Formats: sequence, structure tokens, C-alpha cells
Amino acid sequence: MSITRTESPVVRYSLIGIALSYLVLFIFMPLFIVFASALQKGIAVYLNSLTDIDTIAAIKLTVITALIAVPLNLVFGVAASWAIAKFDFRGKNLLLTLIDLPLSVSPVISGLIFVLLFGLQGAFGPWLRDHGWRIIFAPSAIIIATIFVTFPMVARELIPVMKAQGNDEEEAAITLGASGWKTFWFITLPNIKWGLLYGVILCNARAMGEFGAVSVVSGHVRGMTNTLPLQIEILYNEYNFTAAFAAASLLAFLALFTLVIKSLVEFRFRAELKAERKK
Amino acid sequence: MSIEVKNIVKTFDSFKALDDVSLKVETGELIALLGPSGSGKTTLLRIIAGLDTADSGEILFSGNDARNKKIKDRNVGFVFQHYALFRHMTVFDNIAFGLKVKPKHIRLPDDKIKAKVKELLNLVQLDWVGDRYPSQLSGGQRQRIALARALAIEPKVLLLDEPFGSLDAQVRKELRHWLRRFHDDLHITSLFVTHDQEEALEVADRIVVMNKGRVEQIGTPQEVYHKPANVFVLNFLGNVNLFQGRVIDGKLYLGNAPNVLQGSKSEIKSANLYIRPHQFDVARQSQGDNAIKATVKYINPAGSSVKLDLSPESGNELHVEITQQEFSQLQLIKGEDVFVVPKDVTFCEYEI
Repeated sequence: MSITRTESPVVRYSLIGIALSYLVLFIFMPLFIVFASALQKGIAVYLNSLTDIDTIAAIKLTVITALIAVPLNLVFGVAASWAIAKFDFRGKNLLLTLIDLPLSVSPVISGLIFVLLFGLQGAFGPWLRDHGWRIIFAPSAIIIATIFVTFPMVARELIPVMKAQGNDEEEAAITLGASGWKTFWFITLPNIKWGLLYGVILCNARAMGEFGAVSVVSGHVRGMTNTLPLQIEILYNEYNFTAAFAAASLLAFLALFTLVIKSLVEFRFRAELKAERKK
Repeated sequence: MSIEVKNIVKTFDSFKALDDVSLKVETGELIALLGPSGSGKTTLLRIIAGLDTADSGEILFSGNDARNKKIKDRNVGFVFQHYALFRHMTVFDNIAFGLKVKPKHIRLPDDKIKAKVKELLNLVQLDWVGDRYPSQLSGGQRQRIALARALAIEPKVLLLDEPFGSLDAQVRKELRHWLRRFHDDLHITSLFVTHDQEEALEVADRIVVMNKGRVEQIGTPQEVYHKPANVFVLNFLGNVNLFQGRVIDGKLYLGNAPNVLQGSKSEIKSANLYIRPHQFDVARQSQGDNAIKATVKYINPAGSSVKLDLSPESGNELHVEITQQEFSQLQLIKGEDVFVVPKDVTFCEYEI
């Protein structure tokens, strides 16, 4: 592939310059500041703030939330994209639009929806209270809000992949005598595995990093209903900068890790898509 | 196993894909479903396989109702237009798939499966590609692997959906001869869909011509080509020239000259005569009353016959084919006048 270079070097380098300074200003500098501030008072203080009892509780809750939300959204995403890509039914477009809803609604509104549903003034609030269940301002609300905010992530990745692949291989498997389950396990799943992994990575990153929706439903009870992003906010508001940045560095690590895996998967995925197009 | 289809109707939304279709395939026959795209032939094939269900009508396999039979109990081998090979499996695993997914109590042991796959690879003359992936094969090779995969489950019926549709002309011709020989060896009841009339005429024992969800004609290649049931079949199976003849005093006129080809009946006022390009004699001198004078507009001498486009004094342009031998005797050049005489008529429509 050759690109004809018609622009003068001045134009080229200034474009590259603009892009680079943008990246430095908005990505590298903040990232550097996160780590620099976290380690400002030395590694001992850094580790100390990470092992703070409330921070550990926040990490735990974040991990538990992701461990529940991601598998659920994985199942939902596969089911929804299977239905949308492989079947024609009434209301298919409505379903597609609804799947996008959490992405188009402000996270604060997403959180508010659940307060209105399960809060004491909400639709199910009194009934829940009478049965001794507490959802809002408890970990369960955080999990529910996170599931809501992240449920499009897997489906969005899978629908185009499944649509592009069509039904042919599944139909072939069925005519060869495979059951529905065997067809899914041996044919569909291997064909979507990279798209699925990609969706799960994005879903996990969002689940662990979600702030807005979770903030509304959490109640900010220390050591109880704080996830890592909420804990960071509290620490920061208390002028405990080192601890705040130490916790933030964990999320930054997660983001970097996600980015690396995502690029690796994208690379693999692209190679497979290319092979697929060669057909 | 014979297949019988009775009064099948299938509607997609408001589109009638199949409208009262009936046909019978005898055991061991090779049948072509021929028609333009949208004629319902693939839908019919999918309904026979069980991949689609008919709105009404019957499907009988060897006389037994197959409608409530699941796909895997129908014992049907299906070959897809775009091969539908499992892209993440080797050729070997593709062919073995149907044997491996069988329930444990009837599944062959691994070494038997291996031997069977080898045998099938030999059968389609591709024993050296077992450990390759489908993306590493050519189109013709993929189609043969798809066939081997379908045959692995020892189907009683083989259904092929446009099996050569996405191959280039050369491979296509090779493969359809190969399919014919293959069928002659195996004698498995087979039904294949095609929109290529040449393919159907060359390969099939019988042809089912379909149009707009209906069966227009069922017959041997000779029957559908030489004795078409209607104008659609006539047009679809090859080029044809249309003459509007008038009947005056019991004589049929093509243009100005009375035509003695047909024993005309007095009650007939006019007729449409359809004549295939090879059903003409071309001469430099007029030979009797029914010769049509025409100017040579175009000559295409490439091929087994020479194709001429002729422009008669009145009426539509004529497409005529003569043999290479006739052509070299006549020494025709573009722009000169010739006389054409219809030797025969393929099809007549009368108006009374």
C-alpha cells in the first residue's frame, strides 16, 4: 500500500505535532501526575494507603461487582446478539435501540432510575422495606446499577460479528445432525470468541470504573458501599491526596492493562477477520 | 429414497415464495431445480431439508410423511451455495463433524471415524488437504470438501443449493461433469438448484423449471428444451426468435411471404412462432416463398457454432446460429443480404 504524499512537510509535521501535544496534554501528563502524586511520599506510604481497611473494602466491592456484572452481561450479550443477528422477529429494532439505552443516557439518570424504583419513596421501596430487604444504599444497588450501565458492552461487540457471519455454518451443523447446544458450543462460540473476549474486556473496564450511576445509589457508606472510584472521590475530598492517587493508580493500571489486552485482541481479531474476508 | 412434495405453499410476509408446488423425485435420480432468482427453488430445497417449514402441503420421504421429522432424522445431506465450511476447523475435522456429534451409543470409534474421513477425502480426490483450513483451499476444492462433509453421515438424499454458483466458468464446467460421474457411481437421490440452464441441461436426469413460486414444467432435458410447455420455459432454456404471423385464407404469413411450415387452421387469425437460433437455413439466394430477406449486422465466429445477428426488412432482429462448416461455405461478410428459412418451430401460440 502506498500513500501519495502531496502535503508539504510543514503541514505533515504540524499535524503530527498537534496530535502528539494533544496526547501529551490529555493522556500522558494526567497519567504521569497520577503515578507521581501516588508515589510522592515514597513507596511505603503508597502501599500503606492501598492497604487501608476502607480502601481494601472498596477494592473488594469493586471486584465482586465486576464478578457478578460481567458474567451476567456475557450471558445476556450472547443471547441478545444471537437473537438479533440470527432471527427475524417483531420488535427487533426496538430491542436494538433499548440495548443502546444505557450508553445514551447520563449515568446519573441511570442511577436515579433505581433510586426511584427501589428507594423508600420509590415504586417498590415500601414493599422491600416491609420484607426486610434493603437495596438502595447497599451493595446490591451498586451491582444492579453496574449491570444496567454495562449491559450493552458485550452485545454491541457481538452483533456486528454475528451478523457478518450469518447462519450458514450453524445450518450446516444442524443438517449434519448436531443438536442446538452442540452447534452453539462447537460452531458459534469458536467463531465469536475474539469478539466475545473484546466485549468482556470493555465490559469489565466499565464495570470497575463506573462512577456516576454507582454514586447515586451507593450512599457512600465507608467500608460498606464504596467502590474504588467512590473511595477515590472521598479520599480526595478529605485532602488525602496521596491515598486518593494511590487508589487512582490502581484504576489507571486497570486501564493500561485493558488497553494492552484490547490491542492484542484487536490484532488477533483483525487477522481472523482478514482471513474471513479472503473466503 | 424417493422424495415427494405435494401442494407446498410458503409465504414470506406478503411474498408468495412457493405457490402450490408438487413434484416427485424417484430413488437414484439427479434432478435440477431450474429457475431465475426469486423463483422459489432454494426455498423448496430448504423445506425438503427441514431448514424451513412450509405453510401447507406435504413432504413424503419414501412415502412417509417427513413434516414432523427433525432435520437430523431426515437423513439429508445439504451442500450450501457458499460451502458453509467451519472456518475454525481443519478439512479433516469439517468432514468428521457429522460423525463426531452423533450420540455416544451410535458414534463410531475414533479410528473408524479417521478411516471414514480418509475414504471420503479420496472419494473427492483431495486426500492431501486433510490438515488444511478452508481458507487455504480454492473454491472448487471447498465445494468438494463440502460435498464430502455432507456425504459423511451417509444421507439417503443429497440436496445441493447452487453448488457451482460461486465458482468461475472453467472450474464450474469441470465440477459439473465430475458431479454427474459421481452421481452415476453413487446413485444417491439428488436434487440441485441452479439458475444456469446449460448446467441443468448437461447434468440432470430431469429438470424442474420454476418461476415465481410455481412449477412451469417437469421433464427430461430434451423435453424441456425441444418441447417447452410455455413461453417462459422456452425463453429461459435458450435464445429464441419471435415471429408474429398473420393467417390469411388459411395460410400463415411471416412478414409478406406465406409460410408453409404449419398446417394452418381457418379459425386462427394470428400466431406467435418461436424459433430457436439453430432452426434456420441461411442461403445467398431466395429458396421459395417463405424465405426472409435480411442484412447481416454482426458475426461472432468464436465457438462451436457461428452466431449471426440479422436485420430483416420488417420485424425484430434475428439471432441465427449456423455451423462452422456452413459459415465457411457461405463466406458471409458483414453488411450483405442473405435469405433465411425457418426449418422448424419450437413453440406456437395461436390466437383465434
